[in-house]
Order: sequence, then structure tokens, then C-alpha cells
Amino acid sequence: MSTWSKAVIAILLAATVAVAGCAGEALAQNDLKIMAPAAPGGGWNQTARAMQQALVAEGLAKSVQVYNVTGAGGSVGIAQFVTTSKGDPHQLMVNGLVMVGALLANRSPVTLDQTTPIARLTAEALVIVVPASSSIKNAQELAAAVKADVAKVTWAGGSAGGVDHITAALFVEKAGGDPSKVNYIPFSGGGESLAAVLGGKVTAGISGWGEYEGQIKAGKLRAIGVTSAQRLPGNDTPTLREQGVDLVIANWRSVVAPPGITPEQRADLIALIERMAKSSAWLDLLKQKGWEDDLLAGDAFAAFLREEQTRVKAVLTSIGLIKP
Amino acid sequence: MDALLPLAHGMAVALQPANLLYALIGVFLGTAVGVLPGIGPALTVALLLPVTYKLDPGGSLIMFAGIYYGGMYGGSTTAILINTPGESASMATALEGNKMAKAGRGGPALATAAIGSFVAGTIATLGLAFLAPWLVEIAVKFGPEDYFALMCLAFVTVSATFGDSPVRGLTSLFVGLVLGLIGIDKLTGQARLTFGVPELLDGVEVTTLAVGLFAVGEALYVASRRRHEPEQLEKVRGSLWMTREDWRRSWKPWLRGALFGFPIGALPAGGAEIPTFLSYAVERRLCQYPDEFGKGAIEGVAGPEAANNASAAGTLAPLLTLGLPTSATAAMMLAGFQQYGLNPGPLLFAERPDLVWGLIASLFIANGMLLVLNLPLVGLWVRLLAIPQPWLYAGILVFATMGTIAAKPSVVELTMLAAFGVLGFLMRRYDYPIAPVVVGLILGPVAESQLRRALSISLGDPMVLVQSPFAATLLALALLALIAPFVLKGLSRFRAEED
Repeated sequence: MSTWSKAVIAILLAATVAVAGCAGEALAQNDLKIMAPAAPGGGWNQTARAMQQALVAEGLAKSVQVYNVTGAGGSVGIAQFVTTSKGDPHQLMVNGLVMVGALLANRSPVTLDQTTPIARLTAEALVIVVPASSSIKNAQELAAAVKADVAKVTWAGGSAGGVDHITAALFVEKAGGDPSKVNYIPFSGGGESLAAVLGGKVTAGISGWGEYEGQIKAGKLRAIGVTSAQRLPGNDTPTLREQGVDLVIANWRSVVAPPGITPEQRADLIALIERMAKSSAWLDLLKQKGWEDDLLAGDAFAAFLREEQTRVKAVLTSIGLIKP
Repeated sequence: MDALLPLAHGMAVALQPANLLYALIGVFLGTAVGVLPGIGPALTVALLLPVTYKLDPGGSLIMFAGIYYGGMYGGSTTAILINTPGESASMATALEGNKMAKAGRGGPALATAAIGSFVAGTIATLGLAFLAPWLVEIAVKFGPEDYFALMCLAFVTVSATFGDSPVRGLTSLFVGLVLGLIGIDKLTGQARLTFGVPELLDGVEVTTLAVGLFAVGEALYVASRRRHEPEQLEKVRGSLWMTREDWRRSWKPWLRGALFGFPIGALPAGGAEIPTFLSYAVERRLCQYPDEFGKGAIEGVAGPEAANNASAAGTLAPLLTLGLPTSATAAMMLAGFQQYGLNPGPLLFAERPDLVWGLIASLFIANGMLLVLNLPLVGLWVRLLAIPQPWLYAGILVFATMGTIAAKPSVVELTMLAAFGVLGFLMRRYDYPIAPVVVGLILGPVAESQLRRALSISLGDPMVLVQSPFAATLLALALLALIAPFVLKGLSRFRAEED
């Protein structure tokens, strides 16, 4: 049997691959490999695959291969990236705010300083929600609850040291509480934390807007503030800042190149990614996925990356996740 | 019954030729990847996401659902034939299924798995169509303390059921619990037992452990026995098909398996492993021929396989009604929805009924297709067993290694596979059950997180663990299951003395 069914499987796989190949007419000469340093399913994987789609559709690259290297918030991926791809201008890696925290918390020997920053691509505002039945109506009341007793306010969100945890700690700090006492309960993935908030098991939940959107619209969760500087388009949830809690943070995602590439190669890659980020194919994808366009390329991005590393380090130290 | 009319509309959507084709491709790919250890349905859906971008949403979601169901199906084939579970959810199937295959009853084992999956998948899909919103309301009320109690029950039943004595079962379970501690602690982000190896930060991969213990361990054990015992090739005995007796013994486990699989699958942190093991434990208790367990009892295949497939339908309940992905594959399907700008959740049923009901209807069709696809293959699959042992086990080793490399290409991973293989060999040699190790690895970290979450929410008050009536009931059951064997043993001794 096996030869027969293997042949059928091979044909089916070949057919699906062929469909993928036809999606864009190849114009450009360059082949790219993009590493998503996380499992299929997460935001980095989706970003890498969206880049693949846009680059090929716009004819900016002849072929783009996305591969996943899972492990420890990207710690495993970046270690492999800086060693095996060193000096290779056809390699890119997707990363983001979560990796900054993970590398610090895991005391990774490899840091983002060893990569060549290319560009920040997207940002996703976070939203703080409470169950619809909660007595807390806005950010001020939540801040007051925090001030009354930090430990009694329980927060649900993603992994420890991740962007949700950082946001909770910053909120507590801005509200005048002790961030080392923040009662943050990490869940794996947005789904489980959503269940905990819906079930009224915790005081508040933090996640990307997209993950809570359906429940907010259905009236089961109350959005009490978004972490962006301005209100999100088409959305009347007030920002934390306009409610007097001066907290602005976004879960940004970016792309970096390996160390050891020449300045010309770096300039080429920056130009390529900028062209992609301004293309209609890319902007369409952003709209579909609900990501905000947050392009920042080259030196400006490198400076931003350094600032974020300093900020995250300070927060994680204040929570006690890393020793000073 | 207000779901009947939309379901009929859904059938009309699902029966369109194009959608039938997508369902067929889906179940085929799913079966293929389910057979390979390492390449799971989640990865397949991830790889296909960019490809299906241009297809219409209904069609590609139907295909994804087909892959999901197919994967659950395919995993059982290798579990039964070569003791290599393609998915962690097929582990319970391997226990009795492989014994049956070795006794020349591979045909009925595969058949009961296929039909049981069909029956349970259909029941669970009906449950999804009619009960989903109601069930999810309850599932959301499940707090960390309830999950913790459920895990405790699973630990006790598993360690008390497998192996010759509870002590041996518990020993194996604790080996698994220790392995589960490896990696980043989910609640504090601190690394534990990783010895500076970055690959260990994410913990031990379940498939690596399962394949190492089951497949590699088995191959080593068989190799070690060869010198002492002449090779005896069990001919496929009797009919390839299930006998009347097989049917009689299978139908109740199928139904019970569905009853375990669907509700637990629908829980946000339920998963497919707990129901399969609970089902195995229950079938072992209820079986009229308890002596056959461990030697190839058909109930031990029928129940877990049914539970496995029913839980796949169960996971779709929170996904569709809440937008809650409760498994890796469900998370990828959520990404599939989002790629079309659709947000699963309470509004999806109202906004896109054609899509939701088309998907649910196509699950029935996918189930039927899987049965048609798999039953004729049974005859071909069992011929695998006629391969001379050295060839077969060499093939298994290659297969296991390739699957591991495909999932995680690293030297550390391969080293672990080899080490677990040796561990599996030693445990077999000295009669320790291996399934509790894997259960410990899967459920240990979950139980720990849930316990600590519960305590964190209650600000350290342990009473929270028994305050919820559900948690209290489960814990009481667990305690009972732990003590009962000893009490019964005591009683029987007492009676024997009286005689």
C-alpha cells in the first residue's frame, strides 16, 4: 500500500506547494530566509509569514522561506541566528518586545545588540479589561483598588516577564503601588487568560486588543483602557493616559539581520523592508490581522531598540524577575 | 433544537463539490501527518495558512477541520501497529492496541479504532451543534482549583490503573513529574533543571519522550530478547474484520469514550490526553475480562480512541463560541479565521452563520470520509506486521528519529530521544509501566500552574482548593480511587481468611 498512498500524499503536497508558488510572479533576484523564533501560531510566526506573502506578492524577492525555531521566548532562535547566519545578507529574523524581556529573564548570553537592526514593523496596543459584572468601571477605579491593596488585585495575561506582565507592573507603579507586589497570574496564550477573566476568577485581564475584541463587543468584558497614545481608530475605548494613568506601551514586532553584514548590505535590506512595509500587499495584510503600521527603520529603530531594552530591564528588575 | 435548521443550511454549504474536495484533501493530509510522529496537525495548518489565503474562507476552514480530525485518526494507526503514537493523545491507544497487533489481531484493533472514532466524532459533533453555547458557559466557570482537582484525579487513576501495582505506577508518574519540572517556570519565568542548556528552557517535548519510551524502548527491548527467544511471527489470526464478539465489547466503550472526550475537550485547559487516559482507566475497571488488559483488550482501544476524537470536536466548542483556542491546532485555526478578518466568538454565529454551520456540517462529512478512507486501508496496514522483526524495528528507529528531527532539529533533542529510549528499555525490563511517565510530563506542569494560580488568587488560602463543590467532588473521587485498591485488597484477604 505504502508506495501508492505515499505517491498520493506526495502529489497532494506538491499541488499545495505549487499553488503557493504561483501566488506571486517572481521578479526580483534575491532569495530570503526568515526565521520566526517561535512555534507556528504566535505573532512572530504570523509576522514572518505575512512578510513572506507581501515580499513575494510584490515581487520584491524571488523566494522567501520561513522557518520556525522554537524555544524560550526566542532565546534559542536568536542564539542560532547570530552564530549560523553570521554575515549572510539573505537571512532575517522576526522579533519584538517579548524577546527583549525573555532574553533578560533567561540571562541569555546572546543579546539583540549582536544583531543588525533593520526595522520595526507593527505595533499592537494592549487593552485592560474587567469582567462585565465587575464593580470597576474605569482606569481610575482600578488604580484606586491597586493603591488600596496591591496584592488583592489579580491580573491575568500571557507569560511571565512578557508584555502583559510588564504592562501590569507599569500600571501598578503609575497607580502608586509597589510593583514587586503585583499579583500577576500568567497563562499560556491569550485563550486561557480570557477564560479566567470571563469566569470572574481575576480582577483584570491584559492582552492585545484583538484577543479580547469579540468578548468586549458582545458585552461580556468591559474595556477600561487601551495602552496606546491615542484612541484606536474606530474604537471609543479611552486611553489610560487620558484617564490620568500615564502609561503608553505597545507590543511591537520588528525584523533584524545577522551580525557581520556590510553597511551596503544593511542599507539594501533596510530599503527592501521599507519598500515592503509601504506596499499595498503589506498594508492589506495589516488591516486583515488588525495590526497597526508602526514602521521605523534603520538608525532610528536601532536607537528605539536600545531605549526599550533599558526600559524593560528596569521594569523586570522592579518586579523582581531579574536581579539587578 | 433550534440548531436543526441552521445545520441543514450548513449541510447544503458543506455538500458543495468544492467544499467536499477541500474536506477530502484535509482528511487525507491530516491522516498522513497524524501517522508521522513529530509533524502534527498544528504544523500542517500553519504551513497551509499562507497557501489558503486566496481560497474562500469556508473552504479552507473546512480543510483545516479535516486536517484536525484526520490527524487524530492517523495517530492511532502507528500507535497500534508499531507502538509509536503519532500524537500524545494516541498513547492510551498504543497500550492495548499494540498488544492486540502482536497477538495477530491488528485488523480488529484498527477497525474498532476507526469505527469508534467515527461514532464518537459524530456524537461529539452533534454535541458541538446543539450544546456548545451552554457547555461553554459552564466551562468558563471552571477555575484553577477545579483544574487542579481534575489533574489530581487523572494522576491517581493513571498510576493506579497502569502496571501491576500502584507503587510502580506512582514511581513512573513521579519520574514524569520530575521531567515536567525541566524548563522555564511558567509563573515566575525562572529556569529550572536546565543546566544551562538553552534547548531545555522550553521543557521536554512530549512527543520526544513518548516516541523514545514507546518506540525506541520497544526496539531495544525486542533486540535484547532475540538471543533468548526464537522469533515468532504472529500470523494475522482470524478475520481482519471485527467479530460479533468484538462489536459487543466495543460499542459501550465507544459511547463512554465520547462522554469523556467531548466535555473535557471543551474545557479551556482540558486537552485530549486526560479523557483518553480516564477512558482507559474506566474501561479497565468495567471490563468483563480484566485479565485481558495488558495483553490486548479491545475495550482499551475502543474507549481511548473514541475519547480522542470526541475531544477534538470538544475543542471546537470554545473556539467557535468564545474564540478560545484550547489546543495548538485550534490556535492555528483561530489564526485561519483571523486571516479572513473573522473573529470567532459570540458574534460569529450571528454574523456568519453560513460559515459556522458549514464548518460544523463538514465535520460530519469529514468523519464519514475518514471511515471510508481508513477501513479499506486496514488490510494493507496489517501487512506491515509481516515484515521480519529486524527490518521492522530498524524502520521504526529511522521513523522515530526522523520525526523527532522534523519537529525540532537539534542534537539535544536527539540525545534526549536516545536517553528516553534507554529509560524505556530499563522500565520494560524491570516491569515499570511507561504511560504514567508521559502523563506526568504532560499534566505535571499544568497541575502545578493551576495549583499556584489558585493559591495566588486566594492570596495563599489553601481552603480555596475545596471550596468549589466541583473541585471538592473531584478530589474526593481521587482520594477514593487511591485508597480503594488497598481497602479492597484488605477486604479480600479478610474474606479469604474467613473461608
